[in-house]
Amino acid sequence: MSTTTTRGVAQPAPAKVSRRRPRRGLRASSTFNFWLFTGPFLTGLIIFVFVPIGWSVWLSFFEARFTVTPSEFVGFGNYQQVLTDTNFRNSLVTFTVFAAFIVPATWALSLGLALLVNRLRFMRAFFRSVFFLPTAVSYVAAALIWKMSIFNGVRFGLANTVLGWFGVDNIAWLANPDPPWYWLVIVTVRLWLQSGFYMILFIAALQNIPRELYEAASIDGAKPGWQTFRHITLPQLRATSTAVILLLLVAAYQAFDEFFNLLSKATWGQPPLVELYKMALGQNQNYGAGSAGAVVLTLLICVVTLLQGRIMGFGRGEESK
Amino acid sequence: MTTTAPDITETTKPAKARRGGGVMGSTGLYLATGVAALLFLVPFYLIVRNALMTDPEITGETWKWFPTSIQWGNITEPFDDVTVDFARSLWNSVVVAVLHTAGILLICSMAGYGLARIPYQHANKVFYAVLVTLMVPTAVTFVPSFVLVSSLGWVDSYRGLIIPGLFSGFTCFLFRQYFLGFPKELEEAARVDGLGYWGAYWRIVVPNSLNFFAAIATITFINGWNAFLWPLVIGQDPSAWTVQVALSSYMTNQTVNYHLIFMATAISILPLIFVFLFLQRWLVQGIAQTGIKG
Repeated sequence: MSTTTTRGVAQPAPAKVSRRRPRRGLRASSTFNFWLFTGPFLTGLIIFVFVPIGWSVWLSFFEARFTVTPSEFVGFGNYQQVLTDTNFRNSLVTFTVFAAFIVPATWALSLGLALLVNRLRFMRAFFRSVFFLPTAVSYVAAALIWKMSIFNGVRFGLANTVLGWFGVDNIAWLANPDPPWYWLVIVTVRLWLQSGFYMILFIAALQNIPRELYEAASIDGAKPGWQTFRHITLPQLRATSTAVILLLLVAAYQAFDEFFNLLSKATWGQPPLVELYKMALGQNQNYGAGSAGAVVLTLLICVVTLLQGRIMGFGRGEESK
Repeated sequence: MTTTAPDITETTKPAKARRGGGVMGSTGLYLATGVAALLFLVPFYLIVRNALMTDPEITGETWKWFPTSIQWGNITEPFDDVTVDFARSLWNSVVVAVLHTAGILLICSMAGYGLARIPYQHANKVFYAVLVTLMVPTAVTFVPSFVLVSSLGWVDSYRGLIIPGLFSGFTCFLFRQYFLGFPKELEEAARVDGLGYWGAYWRIVVPNSLNFFAAIATITFINGWNAFLWPLVIGQDPSAWTVQVALSSYMTNQTVNYHLIFMATAISILPLIFVFLFLQRWLVQGIAQTGIKG
């Protein structure tokens, strides 16, 4: 990011290229061009991102049911309502449980797949494609397969069929929160959908590890396998791991599609976005409380992201360069 | 930037060479990979199986791995269904995904180029304003965005489905990073020949960046096609449903028509499988470069 350099120099520099356009690099012309190029994007960004954020903050201080032009100022009333709302607080618990399962599971599975695929000598591209293919499937379609064919609560679901071979009775996977089998359904659908994507990141990172490190380790007497993995592979993947965990957390935080579709009629296992959806766009159309909830969630995710970046050392920079 | 992304399709020397594993190690490796691959393929198999069976076979007492006779006639059923206008929802998805992709590529690439290459004294401030939006997850702003879009009267319209999603701070950021790494010499030559920023961009920069555009396009298209929350919010009337919203409505329908639902699912996934198979190279490259979907 350089801002100042040779402006308005009238000669084309033939050998050493100057950092700014020498010929037409008049200040007025580049200002005009800057806005020409960025104008459409910035206008949209203001209208469809900044205005909604501002509006949201403003609405969150008003009583606003079924209307977006409220008149009654309620101060922090909406915030109080949201934070004391059992459903909303439960949704934060749901998110925490979900993240506690899905983040380590996806990290381990995608790293495991990457290690497997990376060691293959033949058919590497084939296997990589197989694991990667679910990336193309939508959460809605996957939820549909999971709910209606794999974890169907009746005998013809695949899971119950397989369990039936071992004499296990039908399990109502989604219809009953106790025991909480629905977590198995929710976690496996996302594992299937996203592991291949993160596997690609890990494969890229694995191939960037200098081979000399492994050679040096073997000279030093490190046994191949766990020792090399523990002392070379894992530390070398640190930057990628950090980025992956951060991305997984943010993605888990925004979970909506599979919960909405798998647990549509349930009262349990509702993550924050589903609660927000019900609050603001459900029967009550309470935009005020919905906005307050959105503000709370946004603040939470910012804090989580910053904390994690601080604790683990934000790895994106090293990775993308 | 293109050069920094490792080419994953390239086969580097297998790690086995340094592991010294014998035939047993290799067999075990392929066995583990094969079992994992089979598990990953089961859901795809189930879609096809259910789509080509009759309902009594699907819900039968004994599990059948294959249909007794393949019901090719099922293919037309989603289109004949009167409860959901499946053809309309497919068409909506095509329009939305294509325009979404085209729009993002145009708007975000131009902005990225402007931020990366055009000198302007406040460019940094503008860039920070873009960076700030990366901290706010778009999924959380759907409530106020809906309020805004509905007060514009854009509910149930293509405008409402497409336009608010075009201003992706992240895609703009990616383009900026990419253009920072674009060789300046090419542009300089163009400018010596008398092209302005505009001409240099369209005639030099874009044609020489098609790989990167293809990578972003592939990821953006998949996200556009698979998007659910926003189309659900905007598509209040069934005529504005995208295929994902239509699929979701099947799950809450009173009557469950298994083979129809799975045929519809298969049809909704098919375009992406094509995109996937043909553009996989760019998709992988894009992910390795950017590390994120959308």
